[in-house]
Amino acid sequence: MSLFSGGYQARQDRRRYLERTLSIIAAFGLLFWLGINFLKSPSQFFQASLIGLSNGILYALIALGYTLVYGIIELINFAHGDLFMLSAVFSANFITIWFHRDSSSPAAWGLFLMCLLTVMILAATVNVGIERFAYRRLRRAPKLAPLITAVGVSFVLQFIGLRWNGSGPKTWNSVLPSGYFHISTIKIPYTTLLSFVITTPLLILMSWIVTRTRQGKAMRATAQDQDAARLMGINVDRTISFTFALGGALAGAAGLLFQQTRGLTSYNLGYQLGLIAFTSAVMGGIGNLQGAVLGALLIGLIQGLNDGLPIGLGQQWSQTVVFSILILLMAFRPTGLLGKAVTEKV
Amino acid sequence: MSALLEVKDLKVAYGSILAVKGVSLTVNEGEIVTLIGSNGAGKSTTLRTISGLLKPKEGSITFQGESIEGRPGHEIVAKGLCQSPEGRRIFPRMSVRENLDLGAFLRNDKAGIEADRERVLDLFPRLRERYEQKGGTMSGGEQQMLAVARAMMGAPKLLLLDEPSMGLAPVLVDMIFETIIKIREQGITILLIEQNASAALDVADRAYVLESGLIKMSGNASDLAKDEAVTKAYLGG
Repeated sequence: MSLFSGGYQARQDRRRYLERTLSIIAAFGLLFWLGINFLKSPSQFFQASLIGLSNGILYALIALGYTLVYGIIELINFAHGDLFMLSAVFSANFITIWFHRDSSSPAAWGLFLMCLLTVMILAATVNVGIERFAYRRLRRAPKLAPLITAVGVSFVLQFIGLRWNGSGPKTWNSVLPSGYFHISTIKIPYTTLLSFVITTPLLILMSWIVTRTRQGKAMRATAQDQDAARLMGINVDRTISFTFALGGALAGAAGLLFQQTRGLTSYNLGYQLGLIAFTSAVMGGIGNLQGAVLGALLIGLIQGLNDGLPIGLGQQWSQTVVFSILILLMAFRPTGLLGKAVTEKV
Repeated sequence: MSALLEVKDLKVAYGSILAVKGVSLTVNEGEIVTLIGSNGAGKSTTLRTISGLLKPKEGSITFQGESIEGRPGHEIVAKGLCQSPEGRRIFPRMSVRENLDLGAFLRNDKAGIEADRERVLDLFPRLRERYEQKGGTMSGGEQQMLAVARAMMGAPKLLLLDEPSMGLAPVLVDMIFETIIKIREQGITILLIEQNASAALDVADRAYVLESGLIKMSGNASDLAKDEAVTKAYLGG
């Protein structure tokens, strides 16, 4: 039968055929674009990928906070990005203003680690407080109520950031070693290496907590059915607090890393990076931890390649490219890359 | 016989609507007690309140001589009061093994947990076959077995069963009720909620009849099974 005759089945076939053809063309286009860029300048290609991935791993830290909270109480915590912003502002003040360090030295590295610990604990505490006072009493309310509350909390945090950091961006000196080392012709900044060295163990620790510990087991049970979890003897309130603490700690770490590797703070960082991180979480399949990391690395990589390759759309199109890809992906896989459609027998 | 669970004048409200209007009941150690009544009589509400999922408006709940009303659910489980809830409520994205593990969430006695695991798998051999299968992909009957088995993993002194026969094929209903008798033989006291009144009265020692949030009748299960009003209202006689 011809592909272009009528009938429901035929229309379905034709659609599927079209979709497949289009995605094959798109994939070839992408490969072709990557290929010519790679041939033109392999070192620039790797350089751009590296920058992309190092951004991506930062997005991943923030994205996990969105996905953890969504996974357990189905709330999009809009305030999460702003918690990251406040962590960045706090870190800048902690290191440069309160402890007067603005250059790299072994003592300053110690201070950096101290700041990492402090900001993680602080951000975790603030996040737990936000849940306790703003979201908890709305747990049985219609979904829109906590959502709009989250938007409100986001503005409150942003305002605190505005008062603390001022209306414009501020630049800071890093206490991390500046400079580069080379692998053949690729320049690798020490700060990039450090981002990976600090983030990777955090991600591994996170996944260990969720999959291997008793607390993680309680989290997974609570995510699936709160009342059933209570009947197992799980303290649901404490489990949700713990989840907010985990997400908050990761946002805290991300804040410090961002501030120290970019040397920049601004009250609207939460909006900019928060949105990208949230997009990563959705792209990977919201509620799925590996998905959030995958989505974040992919978005970082896409941005890096788009901004840094010799033949590309360039930085001013960065967001457009990312969100176009998101829209396309959502059209074909509404549940995200690793998200699963919920099919359960009742 | 000593009272294991004593509920006195329990009133529970959803907003301003009183769903349970004054329920008193006693469960003695070693008994099977059933609470029967039609849809919406307040059976599940009573059970959910005993388990601490709902807060009572008035009244007292005493378990092993200790007042437990209004305490959070996880504390009540810790005292040995486990429930297999209405609609099974198993964890759908977890395997049978993980569901059973969660049933024993509060326990630390490894040997005891393993012994109980063997015990419930012997009780429900079907679950052994499905051990690594995700709960959400199993049939309704298998999910019901899992819900009961999971509650038993908490080493309950009192097991609350909410409509264990709901939506099951007749052959499975018989099997569930036979299992309830076996569970009692293992020394576990049972409070059973059922719409299937005749089967419930068959296995129970004593029964309470709940109507519109109030206890209408109570007594020995065998006596109630012969009672004209009960027969008429619940046994289709």
